[in-house]
Amino acid sequence: MPLTGGQGAEAPPHALRLDGVRFAYGRHAVLDGVSLHVGAGEFVALTGPNGSGKSTLVRVALGLTAAQAGTVHLFGEPSGSLRQRWRVGYVPQRALLVDHLPATVEEVVASGCVARRGWARRPRPDDATRVKRALDVVALSDRRLVPITELSGGQQQRAFIARALVSDPELLVLDEPIAGVDAESQSRFRDALVTRCREEGVAVLLVSHELGAVADDLDRLLLLRGGKVVFDGPPSDLTRGGVSLGVHRTDLPVWLEGLG
Amino acid sequence: MTLPLPWPFDREYMQLALASGIVVGACAPLIGTFLVQKRLSLMGDGVGHMAFAGVAAGLLAGVSPLWTALAVAVIGAMTIEWLRLRRRASGDLALAVFFYTGIAGGVVLTGLAGSLNAGVLTYLFGSVLTVSPADALSICVLGVGILAVIAVSWRAMFAVVLDEEAARVAGLPVDALSLGLAALTAVTVVAAMRVVGVLLVAALMVLPVGSAQRVAGSFASTLRWAVGIGVGSVIVGLAVARAGGLAPGGTIVLVASAAFALTAILDPRRRRARTA
Repeated sequence: MPLTGGQGAEAPPHALRLDGVRFAYGRHAVLDGVSLHVGAGEFVALTGPNGSGKSTLVRVALGLTAAQAGTVHLFGEPSGSLRQRWRVGYVPQRALLVDHLPATVEEVVASGCVARRGWARRPRPDDATRVKRALDVVALSDRRLVPITELSGGQQQRAFIARALVSDPELLVLDEPIAGVDAESQSRFRDALVTRCREEGVAVLLVSHELGAVADDLDRLLLLRGGKVVFDGPPSDLTRGGVSLGVHRTDLPVWLEGLG
Repeated sequence: MTLPLPWPFDREYMQLALASGIVVGACAPLIGTFLVQKRLSLMGDGVGHMAFAGVAAGLLAGVSPLWTALAVAVIGAMTIEWLRLRRRASGDLALAVFFYTGIAGGVVLTGLAGSLNAGVLTYLFGSVLTVSPADALSICVLGVGILAVIAVSWRAMFAVVLDEEAARVAGLPVDALSLGLAALTAVTVVAAMRVVGVLLVAALMVLPVGSAQRVAGSFASTLRWAVGIGVGSVIVGLAVARAGGLAPGGTIVLVASAAFALTAILDPRRRRARTA
């Protein structure tokens, strides 16, 4: 039985910790004994080829899918028994919007406040402040009253990042947030994440096929292949081995096939 | 008791129709706004057909058909939602399975009940012109209950229909809210169908919402527009039906359909977006 995510008596527990997680569809093992951790204020990216199990790993880490073996801890507590779920912010893979969904950007962002204050409670005055701040972070304040369906893909993604930020989460999990997003949105996105991480000590797990604008800001890079973590270390360790993230950052997993 | 209202609402039966119609015209679209976002637009109709089996079972067993209809409809609606939540079936497939099982069960049970056929029909196809004062009162009580539930939970239900998984990650009680909405739908349809007819309540859950989505610019205003269009359709529909001697339930629904056609053609929201 692994320790409950603690590294010692004084150190705070990891925001996210997976130990020996296994998950299989039938006989096909998607996650084959995955162990990883993300600490407070750490900016970690998880990458890997298509079908390497990235999305399943995200679902298991967030408790949307149960691991068949192994343990998942959030803030030192077993995932299932964490009561303050709002401490985890989640940006899903290109959220699929209902056509005609009649909601403004502001309403979408404000929906991220509901869980933290309690589902049946009315909005509090400071909720409006939180929403305003989150919209500022992703630079969508001037579009707050526009229906979300009228935004570009990159802007919609920024709105969903703001929704995740609005409850002041301590762990942010982002699933392919920058795929096909315009350059301006990518750089806004990078600034928002780096600020949360460095200044507010938020733990960030970015799951992505491409690292784009954030490659230089990462503390660690995890490479998942065949359901196993085959590399876990600072990106500079890869660079030292002759890998240039500068050239390959947009299509990293394909290039990394040959490693490990 | 007759209120001094102008024609066409000068008679007591028209006033009772107006009162119960307005309550249904306001509450059905409120619930329907969430169902439409969940792609369960036909839930109201499906629940009505399950209630058919419940009514027949009640008549056959000699217990109050209203209660058996309510039990069958609530259990059926919650099972549809449970199958969807557990990903055992897509929402529309689960709905279709229960819809047809309900009709088939109802047909077989009424066959057994034989001479009670006519009784089944009065439970399913009530008419808004034959509402009794007691019926109108019970509809109003139901309406107040629905308004209270929606007023408390609409923000959480919006978060769920917007993104069910993100709501789950954030710790919202997604299952309880979804099952609660399904149960509320069933209660509304069963309570209202005997009074105003299953066609009227199921149609008013969907048509005003479709129109409102093309007019409103936000979710909150969609709720307001849907209620406004629902209530407006009832008032206009009742007046037209009396003037022309038409079937009131059908006329109200046709007015709501006309409103939908109008908003689909004009599409004010898209037009605004283009000029912005």
